[in-house]
Amino acid sequence: MTERTDAIIIGAGHNGLVCAAYLARAGLKVLCLESADSAGGMSAPRSIADDYHFPGLAHVAYPVAAAIRRDLRLEQFGYEPGKAIDTIALDANGKHLTIGSNGVSGDGLPESDEKAYPEFREQYLAFAKALRPLFDNKPPRLKDIEFADKTTLAKLGWNIRVGLGRETMYEFLRVAAINIYDVLNEVFDDDRLKGAMAVDAVMGSAMGPRTPGTVLTWLQRLQGELNGPVSMQSGGRSQLVHALTQSAEDAGTTVRLNAHVSRILVENGKAFGVELSSGEMLKAGLVISNADPRSTFTRLVGAPTLDAMFANRVTQIRGAGVVAKMHVALSGKPEFSGLPEAQMADRLLIAPSMNYVERAFNHSKYDECSEDPILEITIPSLHNDALAPEGHHVMSINVAFVPYRLEGGWKEQKATLAYRVISQLGRYSPNLKSLIVDHELLTPQDIEQQFHAVRGHWHHGELSIHQSFMMRPLHGAAQYDTPIEKLFLCGAGSHPGGGLTGLPGRNAAKRILKLRGAK
Amino acid sequence: MNIDREHFRQALQRTPFHDRLVALSTTEEWMTWNTYKVPRVVDKLSTEYFAVRSGCSVMDLTPMEKYRITGKSARQFLDRLVTRDLSRLRPGRVTYVVWCNDKGKLIDDGTLFQFGEDDYRLCAQHHQLDWLLMSAMGFDVHIEVETHEVAALAVQGPTSFSVLSAAGIDDLDQLKPFDIATLRCGDVPVTVSRTGYTGDLGYELWTDPAHALQLWDAIFGVQGLYEIHAMGLSALEMVRIEAGFIMPGFDFNTAEATVRNGFDRSPYEAGLGWVVNPDKGHFTGRKALLAEKSRPARRRLMKIVVDGNKPVGEAFIFSGKNGKQVGEIKCATWSPILKANLALADIEYINGRLPAKLWARIDYQRELKWLSTWAECQSRSKPFYDPAHKSATPPARF
Repeated sequence: MTERTDAIIIGAGHNGLVCAAYLARAGLKVLCLESADSAGGMSAPRSIADDYHFPGLAHVAYPVAAAIRRDLRLEQFGYEPGKAIDTIALDANGKHLTIGSNGVSGDGLPESDEKAYPEFREQYLAFAKALRPLFDNKPPRLKDIEFADKTTLAKLGWNIRVGLGRETMYEFLRVAAINIYDVLNEVFDDDRLKGAMAVDAVMGSAMGPRTPGTVLTWLQRLQGELNGPVSMQSGGRSQLVHALTQSAEDAGTTVRLNAHVSRILVENGKAFGVELSSGEMLKAGLVISNADPRSTFTRLVGAPTLDAMFANRVTQIRGAGVVAKMHVALSGKPEFSGLPEAQMADRLLIAPSMNYVERAFNHSKYDECSEDPILEITIPSLHNDALAPEGHHVMSINVAFVPYRLEGGWKEQKATLAYRVISQLGRYSPNLKSLIVDHELLTPQDIEQQFHAVRGHWHHGELSIHQSFMMRPLHGAAQYDTPIEKLFLCGAGSHPGGGLTGLPGRNAAKRILKLRGAK
Repeated sequence: MNIDREHFRQALQRTPFHDRLVALSTTEEWMTWNTYKVPRVVDKLSTEYFAVRSGCSVMDLTPMEKYRITGKSARQFLDRLVTRDLSRLRPGRVTYVVWCNDKGKLIDDGTLFQFGEDDYRLCAQHHQLDWLLMSAMGFDVHIEVETHEVAALAVQGPTSFSVLSAAGIDDLDQLKPFDIATLRCGDVPVTVSRTGYTGDLGYELWTDPAHALQLWDAIFGVQGLYEIHAMGLSALEMVRIEAGFIMPGFDFNTAEATVRNGFDRSPYEAGLGWVVNPDKGHFTGRKALLAEKSRPARRRLMKIVVDGNKPVGEAFIFSGKNGKQVGEIKCATWSPILKANLALADIEYINGRLPAKLWARIDYQRELKWLSTWAECQSRSKPFYDPAHKSATPPARF
């Protein structure tokens, strides 16, 4: 390559694309390298049995922040936040609950719960809003504090003390670090409701409802809700990754597919390019990794190039994936007992109580799969009929608390898990089994292999309090810059973490541009 | 490594030379060094001191922490571990090294022996296995503790060459400072390095513990006016200060044992900037040390000569008589051969410079009454005692 490249971004997942688009818009020549044959990473569409298409690992998402949509002109490139969907807490006896942005309803729901729900939601959205400055900015540095950090902390302080008001602030301080189990039990009685709400706090984390810190993980999820209601990812032009790719390319970014980075080139503590597994060397002024920080440092940079203690701390980053993904091709529309057809297009949850959730989590702690898995089911083809042949459908299922390492190994037992998922579904949808054309099951190990996410973790590292904010992914690399000069992080492993938010990518780009400006 | 199951019955381990030391000890002044029982003074401090400076001292070095480092990337591992450029180290040579944590603060110092292509020994003052193993991540390297498997003697002093030759170790005459040779002492295979911690001519002998006593007896069996004396750690403390050698854990707090912020020391601060080569490529602490180097110096561990003959002990240093307190003495000795009060002092710089004047306030006792006096100090950049015979090859015969 004779052409000058200012920045190489490793991984064209959504954060890599956001970062690329911001940098390119600021005038940098950006080359975004993607090992797969399409951009998008975990949100890249996938297909099975040729004709059945799925939106990717992330099948539901919140809208990306307005600032990113505006800055990157995403609407112009086709992005539209999907239609709001409800969450249906499925009940084995057909008494399903409908949980939406405005309220909850369903057969047998106590009136007190129905009344308490909107108020509770409002309060927690207020908490989430108070934390917003932490998510929109680089995490503040506590030592050698910078002016921007002071602004972030001042906004946070103001939001919590003045924004929330005294009473609400005390309530926030009381609950911020405790578990969702206690909080939901204080307010609600209905097991179905509590089970479904608890799933939102723990899905994707190695935490059960009783694990401390699960209020915080829920507040992190609610950050998305502040942008708008959750919607189905149903592929096509409207999908985020499509618009992001267009926006990045429009600004001059080159997205190169099938380019697998095997090494980040470092000399005298300074990154100056990457080597591809083909042996090709690409040089750039900056290297920005959207890969998992653990593989960035351990595999791409290599422990010998880092200081010894830092290299060891990288290996201590917690985060083994606990969610499997199952894609099912169906020859017809499934039926769910007691569920009106219109509601099948919503997000369906099998998590009938908090104890059910906790028990499923317990199994994963002991490298087992629960016989009663937690399932988050979507049928994207109900939103986009191009996803399957006419009359056929695709079903996308997140199976929570599937361990990365399974006692006895995955090879022999993957079929057992698939069988369990289908059997469990069969209790709610009697005709499902007869409709299955094909399926694929991605265990955390498969996710690791296919998406280069260490131990198959969605968020490139657990979103626990000790790995959040100025500790994400670890002290010494929490401001997107790293101990290696000219090497930056921009992925889910960095603050504020995973989810289809684009925030790590945007914050990283802002940080990089600021540091360049300061030079 | 075989651990004696009954080891707990002995509070302190015995070195392979222990029986001989017991037989020679008239003072019964023992102390602990790295879990071993070693003599503070064997017979008489002045005799032991002068054995180093004008005869031949023999000191049991076995408790020194010894690590065997082997494997295909042993050299890369060591390059990343230590601050010094090792490109000139080759088989048969020894070099002095220090290593730091990520913040560029000293963990320990030691001597690095290269025996073969991928075969090294690292000798350190303090236990280092955990740090070495942490540093080994990503390298094809094997690290083994061989502290207890290698018996070691330091034979030091102007007559040491003649003594070892008389004891039956041939071919020492061409051994240069920091050379290693695999030799024999009669039937006993012995590795000899021309190294030491005394600042005098001297050798360190490394052998199988099973041969330890044979080696000892061969040395002490040498007849003639060589002044061969077993030495304890008190005399070693005197001579190492004369030589300007520092002692991690005493002259500065080692990084991994430091809790309080700012109480650890960098190689620059310890006066060891000469073993830091940031241009050699990556090593742990490099970035921090480069940053430190770009800032004005904040402090140095200095060699100072304190006027007068009052024993210095522990004392504060001031920027003038009754001036600002700028430092403290970390170790001191009266040097019989230089007739001077020598010390290493940790001194804060003022505006990036060593204060122009240094005064020590010395508290001392006279017939149990505490008195205080002031003494001016002169800083020294060279070792206090550095005789020409130390590095002569071949060494003079006696």
